[in-house]
Amino acid sequence: MTGFILRRTAQIVLTLVVFQTLLFFLLQAQPGGIQYQFIGNPDIPPEAQQLIIERLGLDQPLEKQYLNYLKNFLTGNLGFSFVHYPRPVMDIIAERAPRTILLFLTATVVSFYTGFFLGRILAWQRGGLVEYGVTLGGSFLYTVFTPWFGLVMIWIFAFKLDWLPVGKFLNPLKWQDAPVRANVVFGHMLLTALVLSLLLFILYLVTHKIGQWKDPIRRVGITGFLLVTVGVWAASGLGGYALDIAGHLVLPTLTITLTAFASTMLLTRNSMLETLREDYILTARAKGLSERVVRDRHAARNALLPVVTSLVLNLAAVISGGIITETIFSWPGMGLTLLQAAQQKDIPLAMGALTFVGVLALIAHLVVDVLYAFLDPRIRYH
Amino acid sequence: MNQSTCQEISDKSLPTEPLWRIRLRLMWRGLGRNWAFFVENRIGLVGLGIILFFFLLMIAHPILMSTVWDPVVYDPVIGYDEITIDVTVVDGQITDSLQEINIDVAKIDYDPAAQVGDVLTILAQPAPPSRAHLLGTDPLGRDVLSQLMYSTASEFTLGIMAALVTVFIATTIGAVSAYYGGLIDTFFMRLADLIIILPFLPILIVLGALFDLELIHLALLIGVLGGFGGTTLIIKAQALTVKVKPFIEAARIAGGSDWHVIFTHLVPNLMPLAFLYMMFTVTGAIFSEAVLSFFGLLDINMSWGIMIQLAQNQGYLLSGTRYWWLLMPSGLAICLLCTAFYLVGRALDEVVNPRLRQR
Repeated sequence: MTGFILRRTAQIVLTLVVFQTLLFFLLQAQPGGIQYQFIGNPDIPPEAQQLIIERLGLDQPLEKQYLNYLKNFLTGNLGFSFVHYPRPVMDIIAERAPRTILLFLTATVVSFYTGFFLGRILAWQRGGLVEYGVTLGGSFLYTVFTPWFGLVMIWIFAFKLDWLPVGKFLNPLKWQDAPVRANVVFGHMLLTALVLSLLLFILYLVTHKIGQWKDPIRRVGITGFLLVTVGVWAASGLGGYALDIAGHLVLPTLTITLTAFASTMLLTRNSMLETLREDYILTARAKGLSERVVRDRHAARNALLPVVTSLVLNLAAVISGGIITETIFSWPGMGLTLLQAAQQKDIPLAMGALTFVGVLALIAHLVVDVLYAFLDPRIRYH
Repeated sequence: MNQSTCQEISDKSLPTEPLWRIRLRLMWRGLGRNWAFFVENRIGLVGLGIILFFFLLMIAHPILMSTVWDPVVYDPVIGYDEITIDVTVVDGQITDSLQEINIDVAKIDYDPAAQVGDVLTILAQPAPPSRAHLLGTDPLGRDVLSQLMYSTASEFTLGIMAALVTVFIATTIGAVSAYYGGLIDTFFMRLADLIIILPFLPILIVLGALFDLELIHLALLIGVLGGFGGTTLIIKAQALTVKVKPFIEAARIAGGSDWHVIFTHLVPNLMPLAFLYMMFTVTGAIFSEAVLSFFGLLDINMSWGIMIQLAQNQGYLLSGTRYWWLLMPSGLAICLLCTAFYLVGRALDEVVNPRLRQR
């Protein structure tokens, strides 16, 4: 397993270098070359133009520039933003990345579980009205024009029903005399989510081999963890602030989930249908097991594998959907940053944001790969 | 045995029809069988119906423009209809924007000397649907229905071009990598892995910032990214299963060159699957175009995305159902056409993949 993870990590790092290389050549390929971004303004006198070119090393040969570019990337130097000058791009990313990661993680997990849960049921309801309804609705949501859908969601839930906040990631009035900055609370929320999922994972591992008492123990464990989390947050005095952020998180997450769960759902359905033809399902039924046990324990477990593979495809879709959703909900994360930078032609920031998105996608990919190897022992020995 | 009997025998054993007619008949029969599978799944028919509807809209637009619709008024980009309405100036909240106007708005926008109770003649854009404009007009006084129909053509062009490019690249590369294996295979498959992992939209957004993207560039970009990406992986997997079939061996033993085997024996067997992925590419292309033009990163003058962008720029987005004709037609058109191609793709999936058919 360790060897597998190491091999995969090496591959991902290599991919990252290839990705950066592509970005570098993309920058070079733009009309006028990369220097156009710096000296494109005709008001800059020629001597100053020359000075800028020399200082940025743009007069050096291409391979030297490329090595410089890679070195800067590896040392975390992504240049300075044009619009937010003199803030370094890395600084802006460090400030906004946690918000995107939180949204991305929540949306991925929720949409995956929703999709898997519904797909499992859907495969059981072949040919019925439910299948047509859910397939049509799912396909519609999957292909729906996300910006428009996000606005409709805002209109319904934030404007008409007034259940949830309209946009942004916190309520400024509430935070006026907050003891800490919002990003600190954000970091703690991320940490909580991480620790909680790790604890749940360990709980599942530990109780894996226990027979009869498995379910009650798990239930007690999960409730205990959740209670402790709530308790710790309440005791820290930041609970109210975290709740405010969580409240703002609901609508964007809901929007991404609704647009992303369908692909998992439809794939689970197909995968289930294929699994249902296997002999061991017939055996399970012949043994007289209940339909629910056949579905959840025998079919769904094996149908899960191709679905996890497709999670990779879904990750990219969630990131893309996240950019749109962040924009519509004014969620000040990396997606909104990327789009604004692109619209304002703030090329260093746009490139930095794209790099971040690439790194996020690659790391998520690595995690899914490892998860997959964990679920399916056959992968590890390839 | 003389020459004539030999001729007779071969005449009897060989069909009299030319070869192309037999091939055509076989193809027709295959199509009929697949059509039966396709029809069995009503979801595909729904999709096909929607596509047909938009296709008719596309054809109808130039005909309407040259007959019923006056280009000055109905041109989707530069048309303008001066619709005026008479409104009464009132103080405080207005109940009906078609008959009343708030005094402050009237003073700022129309007549500084306006008094409560005056009747003003104002421009009614965006005007609600009427007999002359079935879907109303946009904030610039252009006919929404005309814009909707006009954009259909570019959506179809974009979608189908992107799909053709994708399928052409994916089938060629999939077949070649499966056939040769080795270094070529490794290179293209790792490239596909890379493209799959990276989210599409951010890359297109940054490209939109770096270059002036027109519709045709976008179609090519989506086609190339799709072609080298996920579609290749799937088509190659299919090509691997076809490659080991006996007829490929037979073709090689009969002395077929590599290219001959690939393009006359391997590729035709990948076509159904490629066709299926064309449908999904169309969905992706139309969606990307709409999103990019919604964000103002595309260099085109009219599309469904632009219609939504205009409604947003002019601040009509959160007006709910009051200005529904600005948002709903274009938004629904995007959803419907994307869904339609996706549904047809899903129905084709069940035709191509026998394991998914009804028990």
